[in-house]
Formats: sequence, structure tokens, C-alpha cells
Amino acid sequence: MAEAKEIKPTGKVYGADSVPQIVRGKRLQWEEAQNCWVILYPEGMIKLNNSSAEIMRRIDGTRSVAEIISDLKRAFPGVELDNDVYAFMEVAHEQQWIRPKPAQ
Amino acid sequence: MSNSGYVPNLPNKPLWLLAELTYACPLQCPYCSNPLEFAKYKNELSTDDWKRVLREARKMGAAQLGFSGGEPLVRQDLEELIAEARQLGFYTNLITSGLGMDEKRIKAFKDAGLDHIQVSFQASNEEMNNLIAGTDAFQHKLEMARLVKKYDYEMVLCFVLHRQNIDQIRDVLDLTVKLQADYVELATTQYYGWAYHNREHLLPTREQLQRAEPVAHEFQERLKGKMRIFYVVPDYYEVRPKACMNGWGAVFLTIAPDGTALPCHAARQLPGMEFPNVRQHSVEWIWNQSPDFNRFRGFEWMKEPCRSCPEKEKDFGGCRCQAYMLTGDAANADPVCDKSPHHHVITDVIDRAARIAAGRESVARPILFRNPKNSRALLEAEAKQPETPQPA
Repeated sequence: MAEAKEIKPTGKVYGADSVPQIVRGKRLQWEEAQNCWVILYPEGMIKLNNSSAEIMRRIDGTRSVAEIISDLKRAFPGVELDNDVYAFMEVAHEQQWIRPKPAQ
Repeated sequence: MSNSGYVPNLPNKPLWLLAELTYACPLQCPYCSNPLEFAKYKNELSTDDWKRVLREARKMGAAQLGFSGGEPLVRQDLEELIAEARQLGFYTNLITSGLGMDEKRIKAFKDAGLDHIQVSFQASNEEMNNLIAGTDAFQHKLEMARLVKKYDYEMVLCFVLHRQNIDQIRDVLDLTVKLQADYVELATTQYYGWAYHNREHLLPTREQLQRAEPVAHEFQERLKGKMRIFYVVPDYYEVRPKACMNGWGAVFLTIAPDGTALPCHAARQLPGMEFPNVRQHSVEWIWNQSPDFNRFRGFEWMKEPCRSCPEKEKDFGGCRCQAYMLTGDAANADPVCDKSPHHHVITDVIDRAARIAAGRESVARPILFRNPKNSRALLEAEAKQPETPQPA
């Protein structure tokens, strides 16, 4: 299975109001045999570490980045995570795991 | 929190399950990688057999599932198998020629939860396509490619390139642009099964590759961000072998139509193997315990130059089937490697392809289309005089 390369984000795509969604053809699921969350895509699988999985699980195409951050703060009280979440969004975008939902 | 997002690989599991549902196919592609003797395997697994295989493989950690063949659409229980696979948590891929597909079926696949469809093409224009495939398939395929997109799948098109069509690479790519494909695989013919039998007709020349490559790169550049194009040079023109199947029994498990379990879909031809069948054994036993799946695991089986080679963990000595077909011993280095003492077998074939293309030599036998009649004829000839691999 392909291991995704480290990619440095080139721009800022996601703001507080952006609503990220997982792209067509990719699927997030808990993988018992791997004991971790994974992103499945044609002919491949990306294993996520815990923090990436916590963010990805909250990306549902309805919640904004700000809402995802609030939710994470409720789940992990006292953890300073805003910058990490914004940075993750850019990386996940570069990796083509997510796209911002077009504004209505 | 870290941005890297990945954890290291755990010990080997059969992550990739290739379900060859049937050897039946409406096409007759002469580069098919199915075994030449496919006509003798008639006893296809039942729907319930397949469901059990899916359950067992999933429990072993299989996550990717390819429905293949032959033409998997020939199986009328495909919708049911997709639904079962999806419910088990597989990422389900359908690898098809599109023949046997219609809108009703695509909709049923979508409803069953199919994740991904790959449609294969034979060439860029109707004449060439119908010539190569031996049927009037082309218009139908174009229609299917459009339907795939209509049902919100990525349009993934696969073109198999060989000497007869590689010079049309620009037409092929123009067509994919017109169809607004998302991903195009310019698959080079791999010389197994029927393709090996027809190799003298199919292997492109070095000059053809030198002409084709810049065209592929030009389109890759031009369509960046719109369409992904995957292009590889045939391994015969490389000097290091491919890491075939990522290693024997490492991640790939193929189940042939009759239930035979194989570490790759071409392995059936290897001598001295009695590949286990899912009718008699569990997937767990087959993967972990069976002698054949353990035969070329690790590095102990290797001979020189592989055994002491610093690159052995990168390419695992290449392809066992290619080693067998071209050197007579599956434990030899894949002769694609220029460290192999048999590498000249590859360069001889390349040189001969050039002489054939230039009209200085002629092919030894006519092109053989993949169909049950030709398969049976080969079986009869084999019964009279067994065909051994070409001596190196």
C-alpha cells in the first residue's frame, strides 16, 4: 500500500468558516486489523495517527473548521490546538483527502 | 499534534484481495494476462463461496478488493457480492471493460456501495479498438465512461499500450481529454499469459518508447490539476526489476475463478506448486500456513546475485513468474535486472523486436486471440508436446 509523502502546504485555503469535506472516492474508516483509522482510496490505504484521526473524524461536510476546533477542545480540554488544526487542513488539502465545500 | 499523520506498517496482512470472478469475457485481447489454459478451469465458485472468502479475507485484514476476471460483469451476482463486500468494510474496485454494463447496472452498483470503477480501453479509435479487442466494443465503452461520471464516480480509464497502438498515444490522450477523464493509466503490456505468447507482436521498440514518453509527459504537464496520467515504461526496458506484488505473499492475494489462491494472478504457471483452493482451506491457513505462500517469502530462497544484493529489500528479486518464464527457474533473479547472468534474454528479445519492426525478420507465429477455442487448442497441443520455458 502506498505511504503518502510528507507534503508542505503551499497556501492557505481554510479559514474559520470553511467547511471541509472528504473528497469523492476516499473513505475514512476504523480498521480493526490495523488498530487505527485509515483513509481508503483506489488501490491504497493511508494509516492515520491519533491526532489526525481525531480531526478527520469530525470532517463531515457540515461543520466549519471553527466548529471542529470547538468540538476538539471539548474532547481534549486544556489542549492548545487551533494552529495544529489549521495546519492539518492545509496538509490534508494538499494530499487531496479533503476539499472546502463551495459557499452556498 | 503532528502534521505527518502516519504510523509505521504493522506485520504483513493480505491487504489486497483480487477476486477473479470468472475467466469468461466477451473480448479476445491478445495481451490478456489470464492463463493460456483458462478453458480448462470451469468450476467457478458459487456466490456463497465468494461471500465466505470475502468474510475470511476481511477478518485477516484485507481492505482493498478488486473485482476482476475475465470480465466480472459476466457474473450476475456481482451486485450481491459488491453489497456484501461493502458491508464488510472493503474498499470495492471494479476492473472492467464496460461490456455487459448499462445504466441500470451502474445504478445497482452505486446502490450496493461500489467505491470505484476502472474502465479499460484497447486503443483510441474505433478501428484499432475493434481490431485489437475483436468486437464492436468501442462506442459502448465511450457511453460507459460517461455513465461512470454521471453516477459520481471518478472516471478512471486504462489503456493497454503495445507495439500495435503505442504510436497512437497522442490520439489516446486526446480522447481522454475529450471524455474529461479524472485519471488515465497508460498501462504497458505485461508479458504473462496470452501477452507472453504474443510477445513478438506486442513488445514496443525502443524508438517507439522514445517517441511516446515525451507525449505522455507533455499531457501530464498540460493537464496538471485536472487529469492525472500514469505512465510507465515496460519493465523489459528497465535495468532493475519491479518489486513484483510488493514481494511474494506480502500484501496480495488473488483468488482465481475456480477458488485457487495465488500470490499473484500469473503464478498459476509455476512448476512444483499446488496452490491451495478456498474450497478446501480457510483463507487464514492459505495465507499463513500453506507451503506455496511461504515459498518465496523473506530472502532465504534467493540465489546470487540477489542473495547478497543491497537492493533485495527494495525489489525482492523482481518477479518469480518472469524469472521462471525467461530463465527456467523461479528462484533466479528476474532477468530484467542487469546484474542477472540471464539479462541477455531480455536484450535479445528487445533486439529482435527492433528487427521485426524494421521488417528485417518476421514473427514466428501469428497473433493468437484470447478465446476458449484457442485456449482449448493450446491445451490439446500441450497434451501432445509439453511446452517448456525458453532456455536461457
